[in-house]
Amino acid sequence: MKETMFIDPQRCIGCRSCVSACRECDTHKGYSMIFVDYIDRAETTATMPTVCMHCSEPTCAQVCPADAIKMNEDGVVMSALKPRCLDCRNCVNACPFGVPKYNSAMHLQMKCDMCYDRTSEGLVPMCASVCPTGAISFGTYEQIVPLRRTKPVNAHVFGNQRVETKVYLMLPTDEDEVTVDGCGVFEGRVAVGSKETKTEGSWIDTQVEESDSRNEF
Amino acid sequence: MSKVQHLEQIIELYGPHLHDEPYGGWQAGRVIDRVVPTHCPYCGIQCGMNLLVSDEHVVGFEPRYDFPVNEGKLCPKGVTAYLQTHHPDRLLYPLIKRNGNFERASWDEALDLVVSKFKEIQSKYGKDAIGVYSGSSLTTEKTYLMGKFARAGLGTRYIDYNGRLCMVSAAAGNNKAFGIDRAANPWTDIPMAEVLILAGANCAETFPILNKFLWQQRDNGGRWIVIDPRETPTARQGDLHLQLKPGTDVAVANGMLNVIIREGLIDEEFIRNRTNGWDDTRAIVERFTPEISAQISGVSAEKIIQAGLLYGRAKTGMIMHARGIEHHSHGVDNVLSYINIVLATGKIGDPGRGYGTITGQGNGQGGREHGQKADQLPGQRSMLDPEHRKYICEFWGLPEDELPQAGVSVVEMFDKMREGEIKGFLSICNNGMVSLPDTNNIRRSLEGLEFNVNIDFFMSESSRYADVVLPGTSWAEDEGVTTSAEGRVVKINKAVDPPGEAKQDWWIINEIARRMGRGKYFQLNTPREIFDELRNASKGGKADYFGITYEKIDKQDGVFWPCPTQEHPGTPRLFDNKEFYHPDKKAKFHPIEYFGADEKPDDDFPLILTSGRVVYQYLSGNQTRRIGFLVQQCPEPYVEIHPETAQKLKINDGERVKVISRRGEGVFPALVVRTIRPDTIFIPYHWGEELAANQLTNPKLDPTSKIPEFKACAAKIEKIHSRELPILGKGRKGASLSEVQRGK
Repeated sequence: MKETMFIDPQRCIGCRSCVSACRECDTHKGYSMIFVDYIDRAETTATMPTVCMHCSEPTCAQVCPADAIKMNEDGVVMSALKPRCLDCRNCVNACPFGVPKYNSAMHLQMKCDMCYDRTSEGLVPMCASVCPTGAISFGTYEQIVPLRRTKPVNAHVFGNQRVETKVYLMLPTDEDEVTVDGCGVFEGRVAVGSKETKTEGSWIDTQVEESDSRNEF
Repeated sequence: MSKVQHLEQIIELYGPHLHDEPYGGWQAGRVIDRVVPTHCPYCGIQCGMNLLVSDEHVVGFEPRYDFPVNEGKLCPKGVTAYLQTHHPDRLLYPLIKRNGNFERASWDEALDLVVSKFKEIQSKYGKDAIGVYSGSSLTTEKTYLMGKFARAGLGTRYIDYNGRLCMVSAAAGNNKAFGIDRAANPWTDIPMAEVLILAGANCAETFPILNKFLWQQRDNGGRWIVIDPRETPTARQGDLHLQLKPGTDVAVANGMLNVIIREGLIDEEFIRNRTNGWDDTRAIVERFTPEISAQISGVSAEKIIQAGLLYGRAKTGMIMHARGIEHHSHGVDNVLSYINIVLATGKIGDPGRGYGTITGQGNGQGGREHGQKADQLPGQRSMLDPEHRKYICEFWGLPEDELPQAGVSVVEMFDKMREGEIKGFLSICNNGMVSLPDTNNIRRSLEGLEFNVNIDFFMSESSRYADVVLPGTSWAEDEGVTTSAEGRVVKINKAVDPPGEAKQDWWIINEIARRMGRGKYFQLNTPREIFDELRNASKGGKADYFGITYEKIDKQDGVFWPCPTQEHPGTPRLFDNKEFYHPDKKAKFHPIEYFGADEKPDDDFPLILTSGRVVYQYLSGNQTRRIGFLVQQCPEPYVEIHPETAQKLKINDGERVKVISRRGEGVFPALVVRTIRPDTIFIPYHWGEELAANQLTNPKLDPTSKIPEFKACAAKIEKIHSRELPILGKGRKGASLSEVQRGK
């Protein structure tokens, strides 16, 4: 499969069409594997979609004690294999992008698998099919990149960790890498189930972060 | 008398309840019996979609990649639209209200009651004592039938439609300037425009799929000028944001045109040869220097100059607007002030050079063409033109003296209910208790009726006031055409039969007419038969559908009207030859003076309240407030307040506050955001009863279009001193799906 995903955050209008459509993929069983977050609603309407970046050396697979997370020949990192998944949530906590979620009802990790049931049949993933603006696009590098005025970047630096991904971020930048500051240090996330509300930012952000910090379906 | 006595019981029985699963639950590998290509039931873009049918239920959708407008793309409303079809709240049989309770009735019983009451009222008070209120989310066949039903079936002059709350200012402006009411260019012209002016159009939330074309234009190096009091996602993504005070659109438009004149960027040849009325317009516009415009609008003079230069200097460019400039007591003026810019620069009638209103409702265009408007007959003909009246009467075989005179707009119709002139009421495809201004007055109108019939497929806030509720169909259970915002006539296809005893709306209307003794005018037994009659009725009118057939629509992925003959391919771009639809084939300038909103802020009500939409809800929400996913994303209205204003009033983000206008008050959680002007607050309007933004809005009408002023009224905010109120919105569970799914 030559095609991959291109995520262009500046085009995102925050409609969450992708989030609703992701549920329709047969293998997702009504769960959405994609997240759209406000960056800071008090200041701006900007939003950011997050799909699995499909790392060439996936951290989630590396930390899995049961070898339940497999990458297929197309470089797509799959959801955990149900018979092997130990409910340990190592992957959920280790992923630098915060993508995998734990499904407590099904005792299973679930994540974006680039709609493998669709792409393996030559269909476009649901999120990229419905996205109104092309903030999420699916195609080959040659199809997508020449049409855009943004630069494709697929190397991310999180503190000491450098990650290369199958999925590209399209950014208005000259940089070859995305560097995320402050990642070498454990900053203390909001504890699971914490009732503590933040004092800054909009209540919409607070609600989003509270629910997402549990990393669970 | 039709008061709502047992509200809790009605809600328990008929919702809104949240539903969020396909028929039979989420299943992998379901056998799909057939795939039905159709269109989305919601906005004016009319995206193509495929409905998946299994075991005679719609169980999902598949992107319709081969439909050229949206190429498979859908917004979250479109993605979840199919969940309506088997929703547990669906109305499955006729209901008659007895002692305040809705009781199941047979069709015969319900229809006979309707007919006997209508006859009684008309014999007591005259034919015009019945009012009919229709809508533009119906197929064009049904909208045609509603107009004919009121005039030839009931013989009443009082019919209007909910496009009165939507597109009428644009329609009136277009008719005045161009002599025809349709967007001038197809969407495919957008990517060819160097500069787009988007005035009062939050495209990101209200026309998500239009963003496909907007971003294609951007990818080609195009620029956007966005004019909006809020920094909407569209305004944020644009190049230049003119964040004006609500109601000051004329000042901004005249200011830009002033710059264009001053810089010599007008097209004098076009003005001379193709237009009338330039001198008067120029005289007024010359008074609107950027400084004066800035003073009125609150937009800096520099930005007005930049915008004027950007659009004026570009070879190609398009101006598009939506409800933001149209929902005003000077909505038509606002529209005309932008059309003046189009005409002065001659940017019309070529690829990438054009103009259009972005029509809101699914069939907002088709629904305003074929005679359900108070003053209109099929084919955009006029009730006031003796020739037009004669033509339609002959076509219908109706004696001319039986055709009533023109009626009044819907807001005025509700006034006439309170005044006692209208005693009986039939409504279909609308929800006035949410969408009309000053809902407390609307409630009084409905409560005072002698007899009230409502046709819908979900019990709306307005259905609750009815004496008889008749179950109609959702869009997936009937066929017919709609006309999208670009003037493309598309075909809605039937996927499944109606649930329970629900009946297609045209059957219900025909049956009432037949039982009223007017059956000879309603020998129409299928949507195809109605369409054939309507396209013949429209023949020779401005909105000429005569050459359009269901087959041609299928073959061409839609047909743009006018399409006068079978051989005609349709007309994607109007004015290609720079000829307009006035008798002299010229376009008209209109000198527009600035008046501003009817109600301006003062010491008692110091803020400007503007209302609008969110991407997750559609219009009055009767369909979307029942879909779990959509409600989880936006469960209740809120009030956007700028941090400076919030600080002055000592209001914290998330705190519930009381918003008060001269007409009513409501309690909403505050969303403190820097994306709105400090002198302006915003509430989305999709909810009813105590959550209705329209408790507060001003019912003042535009003198020409009769559109209410939803977008600007004076208001104030009070802090609530109570420990009992929750700090955060009661339903707000976060904007992430995780919460929804954990609840399962």
